[in-house]
Amino acid sequence: MRRTLQEKLAILADAAKYDASCASSGTTRRDSRDGGLGSAGGSGICHAYTPDGRCISLLKILMTNFCIYDCAYCINRVSSGVERARFSPEEVVTLTLEFYRRNYIEGLFLSSGIIRSPDDTMEDMVRIARTLRRDHGFKGYIHLKTIPEASQDLIDAAGLYADRLSVNIELPRDSSTRALAPQKKPETIRAAMAAVRLKRQESSEKSHSGKRAARFAPAGQSTQMIVGADAANDRDILTTATRLYTGYKLNRVYYSAFSPIPDASVALPLVKPPLMREHRLYQADWLLRFYGFDVDEITSTAPSGDLDLDVDPKLAWAIANRGLFPIDINRADRNTLLRVPGFGTRTVSRILTARRSGALRYGDLIRIGARMGVAKPFVTVPDWSPGALTDRDDLRARFATPPKQLSLF
Amino acid sequence: MYHVSLPQRGFFDVWRDNARRFLVHHVPPDEIFWDRGGDEGLFTGTAAPEMDGPADVTVTRSFLKTAASVLCHTQANAPALLYEALYRHQTDRRALENPADPLSRKLARLRKAVARDVHKMHAFVRFRELPSDGPRRRFGAWFEPDHLILETATPFFARRFADMDWTIATPTGVACFEAGDLSFHPPAERPKLPEDTSEALWGTYFSNIFNPARLHLQAMRSEMPLKYWKNLPETRLIPDMLADAESRVAAMHAAMPTQAPARAERILNRLSVPEISALPRTMGDARDAASRCRRCTLCEAATQTVWGEGDASAPLMIVGEQPGDNEDIAGRPFVGPAGQLLTRLIKDAGIGAVWKTNAVKHFKFRPRGKRRIHQSPDRNEIEQCRWWLDLERRLVKPKLVLALGASAAYALTGTDLPLRARRGEIETALDGGAVMLSWHPSHILRLSGNAASRARSELLADLRAAGAMAGNAEPSNTHTPHRNTRLGYLRNPPF
Repeated sequence: MRRTLQEKLAILADAAKYDASCASSGTTRRDSRDGGLGSAGGSGICHAYTPDGRCISLLKILMTNFCIYDCAYCINRVSSGVERARFSPEEVVTLTLEFYRRNYIEGLFLSSGIIRSPDDTMEDMVRIARTLRRDHGFKGYIHLKTIPEASQDLIDAAGLYADRLSVNIELPRDSSTRALAPQKKPETIRAAMAAVRLKRQESSEKSHSGKRAARFAPAGQSTQMIVGADAANDRDILTTATRLYTGYKLNRVYYSAFSPIPDASVALPLVKPPLMREHRLYQADWLLRFYGFDVDEITSTAPSGDLDLDVDPKLAWAIANRGLFPIDINRADRNTLLRVPGFGTRTVSRILTARRSGALRYGDLIRIGARMGVAKPFVTVPDWSPGALTDRDDLRARFATPPKQLSLF
Repeated sequence: MYHVSLPQRGFFDVWRDNARRFLVHHVPPDEIFWDRGGDEGLFTGTAAPEMDGPADVTVTRSFLKTAASVLCHTQANAPALLYEALYRHQTDRRALENPADPLSRKLARLRKAVARDVHKMHAFVRFRELPSDGPRRRFGAWFEPDHLILETATPFFARRFADMDWTIATPTGVACFEAGDLSFHPPAERPKLPEDTSEALWGTYFSNIFNPARLHLQAMRSEMPLKYWKNLPETRLIPDMLADAESRVAAMHAAMPTQAPARAERILNRLSVPEISALPRTMGDARDAASRCRRCTLCEAATQTVWGEGDASAPLMIVGEQPGDNEDIAGRPFVGPAGQLLTRLIKDAGIGAVWKTNAVKHFKFRPRGKRRIHQSPDRNEIEQCRWWLDLERRLVKPKLVLALGASAAYALTGTDLPLRARRGEIETALDGGAVMLSWHPSHILRLSGNAASRARSELLADLRAAGAMAGNAEPSNTHTPHRNTRLGYLRNPPF
């Protein structure tokens, strides 16, 4: 029985939803005034939101959900009884262009189950991206999932057409990846990321003749880590993330709370997805990248190596290191201000700008947009000093949500 | 009292023109009544004075940008606040840039609201295809922005959808893009747009990309506020999606794992990897086996095993410490700065074929900031990796091994006495065989001045001696002068 386009779309969108990435920002600036269709560059646009609170920015689909691998956490593993379908390259191209023209999406995020061989699959994906770019002059955003085992030539070609490439690291520990995804090799996944980094580095350098190579994946590369499917604690997860950021210059590591899938494997517990944990990991990730924290500082607040779920990681760190506070807002440097709970990077920049016009007072901080409810025990300004508040025993309790009685059902 | 009535479109130029005329005459803000037109005659005041007044007017480029944006805000006092800020700017230059200043902050908030409205318009306009006679396809949309942003927000669509004709109608005006020209027209009645077949597909996509196990309605509502829903086709599906969500998740929990389809076993059998045989017999097998090595924990953090490279039957084998950042990424030994120095010195020493490798085959590092900082391998790691080094030596069968640096010296001789006294000497490897010791090229790179050039000439001398001893000095020393190939290695394919 042949499936209609609508039926295929239902199956292959359903299969793609466990990929968290939706970014469409930060690529080269281009538009269609000199021909073709579409524009990109600048900040991304989220065209719709589903009731899971996630945005729809790209048409996120699988080329096919047939797969020869058997990854326990994945809905599309070979041993799952899920319905299977496969788009033809033309169908993907048409869907992308027609959705784009109606302003539903910013572009395409194409992933795929592995059929026949990694090279065959990657080749089909590259063909779709090439058709969009070459035959239709498509200038929107394209994100291609890279298959780690695919040959270097195909990855090179993918980077020429795609804005972003991604390889999923899958699980924070090699041992978990080997256990739950027996056909995937952590070292091959890392080598694929390294190859993308190398290629991007090359394309940004001028050759001897002064010519610049064609841009390679201008929006960089990202990856995704599944949280809660193995026993790794938050320290393991953030340590792995740091290695990925430093080693392969990733733009983003996405953390995806392991969420129940239809027809689950016996190997994995079906629990409620740990959404709060995922949220805390993202907060910690930001602290690592933009606030000058390192993994040990963030994860040493609890002996378990997990983040505090009740208060955000910066606040947890500040409570554990009260000796460093309160901080004089009118004297502290940027790096110190960034460590104050309730201050974001933008708040800190505003504080530094505002200080040029004179000393800041409590009301100024509120106007600037600082969350003083949180920051108050940690700062001093001429008309505010926290006094004993900083050292109170119940400081954490003031911020944590009150304990809830467990549900009996 | 002065009175300025701003039009519905082109209001920025009118505001700027009037503001300039007031300022040159020092007209204070509270003597001007700005209004948004429409109610002509309800209030009448004097028009702004003609040009030529006593004062010079200063304004910053960024303020003009703010003004263009804030004027789109429908809040009645937006033009007045802008004038107040500009008036004050003539005497107080700092206040505009001060984020803690109440007036600047107010303007920033207005500007942000307008920017958000523009952004939401870019996101939430939904085109439907209209019949077309010509070669260009035609599309139409209806959108209800909060602010007067039609002229600010629509050039975006002109850049994005240049190859089609389109119309975006709003309650305050209509933007038309035809054959490459964008034009604005007074508001018209809401157009009737025909059904569009792609909308059903879009609905299918919307309801299937949603994960029922992660409901987070508050996030959805704050990013896609209810006020926009009436013009978004997909939002009609949300009630049904919510109604089904709980039962879908319950069904997933209740479902027992099913029997795997028959093809699964067949496919997986085909994919299974044969176990590593006890002792690899060829260099290819050895490299392959080493790529899966887990003898120590370094493989968890490093990218890949970096196996040796060169002539597998060379009489001279050069052993370094471990791959660095560059080697780890490229998967090849001696391609980083130290490796390039070594390559240059090998050439200068006139040595022929060599096999280059490392005592430890994985990169050991500590992340700091955005970089990976090299860490020396410890004894255990060197000892674990000796298994591979010994295998490599059995396969290459060199006449002489040149150990560079303390780690390589320890790996080969099992002795970690200081290198200074031992360099240039021949020692015996743990399992027999001659080993010459010398400096690691990265040691030279860390030194400066005389110390660096001395160490460099010592390494060069050792290389010459090793080449002579191994009997692979190149017959004629006619190599071309070295060209700067700092990044040449990047262009070679790995392996």
